Amino acid sequence: MLTTEERREIETKLGDYPNKQAMSIESMLIVQRNRGWVSEESLRDISELLGLSVADLDGVATFYNLIRRKPVGRHVALVCDSVSCWIMGCDRVRDRLCSSLGTTLGGTTADGRFTLLPIVCLGACDHAPAVMIDGKLYEDVDERRIEEVVAQYE
Amino acid sequence: MDKPLTGNFRADKEAVSLAEYERSGGYQGLRKAMLMAPAEVIELVKRSNLRGRGGAGFPTGMKWSFVPLGKDAPHPKYLVANADEMEPGTFKDRALMERDPHQLIEGMIVAAYAIEADIGYIFLRGEYECSYERLARAIAEAQASNYLGRNILGSGYNLAIHLHASAGRYICGEETALLNALEGKRAHPRTKPPFPQISGLWGKPTVVQNVETLCNVHHIVNHGTDWFRGLSRTQDGGTKLYGASGKVKRPGLWELPMGTPLREILEEHAGGMRNGLHFRGVLPGGASTDFLVEEHLDTPMDYEHVQRAGSRLGTGTMIVLDDQTCPVGMVWNLEHFFAQESCGWCTPCWSGLAWTEKILYAMEQGKGSARDLETLTFQTKFLAPGNTFCALAPGAVEPLQSALKYFADDFRRHVDEQRCPWRR
Ligand SMILES: Cc1cc2nc3c(=O)[nH]c(=O)nc-3n(C[C@H](O)[C@H](O)[C@H](O)COP(=O)(O)O)c2cc1C
Ligand code: SF4
Ligand code: FES
Repeated sequence: MLTTEERREIETKLGDYPNKQAMSIESMLIVQRNRGWVSEESLRDISELLGLSVADLDGVATFYNLIRRKPVGRHVALVCDSVSCWIMGCDRVRDRLCSSLGTTLGGTTADGRFTLLPIVCLGACDHAPAVMIDGKLYEDVDERRIEEVVAQYE
Repeated sequence: MDKPLTGNFRADKEAVSLAEYERSGGYQGLRKAMLMAPAEVIELVKRSNLRGRGGAGFPTGMKWSFVPLGKDAPHPKYLVANADEMEPGTFKDRALMERDPHQLIEGMIVAAYAIEADIGYIFLRGEYECSYERLARAIAEAQASNYLGRNILGSGYNLAIHLHASAGRYICGEETALLNALEGKRAHPRTKPPFPQISGLWGKPTVVQNVETLCNVHHIVNHGTDWFRGLSRTQDGGTKLYGASGKVKRPGLWELPMGTPLREILEEHAGGMRNGLHFRGVLPGGASTDFLVEEHLDTPMDYEHVQRAGSRLGTGTMIVLDDQTCPVGMVWNLEHFFAQESCGWCTPCWSGLAWTEKILYAMEQGKGSARDLETLTFQTKFLAPGNTFCALAPGAVEPLQSALKYFADDFRRHVDEQRCPWRR
């Protein structure tokens, strides 16, 4: 079930557009912001609210990188692997993250603390390598600093 | 030197407040625009020689002049700020939105007024959460001060601006794909014609414009075309946000006169190469531009000159390649991005880019063959402009085709030695 707040947020945002279809992506992002991912059940709820079929919504969901159809950990770390970060050594940062968290890129730690995902350029290329955790941007990271950063997240 | 776009930026990187913005002349351009007829504003922007800062460099005023004006025009009309910024190596619009959000809002209001738009959207990259918050606040402030909303400054003109967060795909930045994304669909590009200025969002006239482009508009109205053209060192008007990333001493973002030479940007502003490293090449305007090399260092960085040098100004944010970084690896990284981000609408792109990426990866792993070099060259022709549905694929092969030209020996060494010579 959508929460009252989710429903209200979606309905408020609907006013920005001439039809309900335009809210398909944003509705999923709203749910995801609360729950970390978009479950089959959430998809059904959104489809009822917007009057779109589940298949329509799923077709859209699978197209976009940021919509997750699988559960994630309590924290999500996005590691930029685009060109400037690559030049500046993002591979080493990624490897250190993987080994210190004990998971792989794309994976979630056994205790559900972290999900590690690749991301394209975060617009911080002059401070590469860049990592984003739960929406917060960390710039100029290296192997040592990334350990300190990650340690702040329970 | 005048720095209209970044002059207000605060050292602490917080957003310029509405009060600060107004004290520095903010919303004066809007006040002046409201005293002019929309067609006059378009004319002014035309004469200023403002060209789009999103990559293609299309003249802004001319683009607006295709929009139907007057009482017979279809409504609602739309203005969309393209704030998708997913091109690797590009980091200018985020700075503009986070640090001076009112500047984008004012630019949008003036642009919307010029094309008589009723509704504006900011199509914002989903990861730009800080931009989202600051823009949301600025929109609310502008509304409260009657710069936005109904009967703006008593002019009788109405405009609403909405923020729309994207769910992430590089193709969303392509203007017609962006329209589909905004409508809540998969972001496949649309056929042109009809052009968005005639039939865009929900079939209504729509202008899609880059963030940096829009940030210039009200300054032109406020200070005039002579001032704007005087900011530039060449024909193309205004200043430009240039950036540099890679192993230079001081990577960063600078607002400089349009046409500032490449060498000056890299040596004076970026501080030259880091100790012990040498310059080998640069992608002058993001991931989808051709490499320039040493012989091009004196190129003035504007649309015409960079094109004559065999590349594109693109976004003006450059990625520098040094002599200790493998050019084949760098191109592999770029093609990996493009292959992954191909929207899959047309076969040459989704199949061709995946193939290209595989070959480059194999080469980096020491498994390249002489035939692979031929295939890569073939791909650059196969994916050239006109062979695919949109400009993603042609953009994708720009760094590859120029790397094959300038770094041919490096490619050959990968094949001959069956290893990446940079990997120790
Ligand atoms: C694959 C692709 C991605 C693009 N991404 C962006 C982008 O993120 N931001 C942008 O302003 N323009 C982008 N463009 C260019 C837009 O299609 C369009 O030309 C531009 O927004 C027009 O604005 P301008 O005239 O102010 O430059 C992209 C083009 C392509 C082909
Ligand atoms: S060129 Fe690529 S991105 Fe563009 S429409 Fe074809 S498949 Fe999609
Ligand atoms: S390439 Fe990593 S932030 Fe731009």
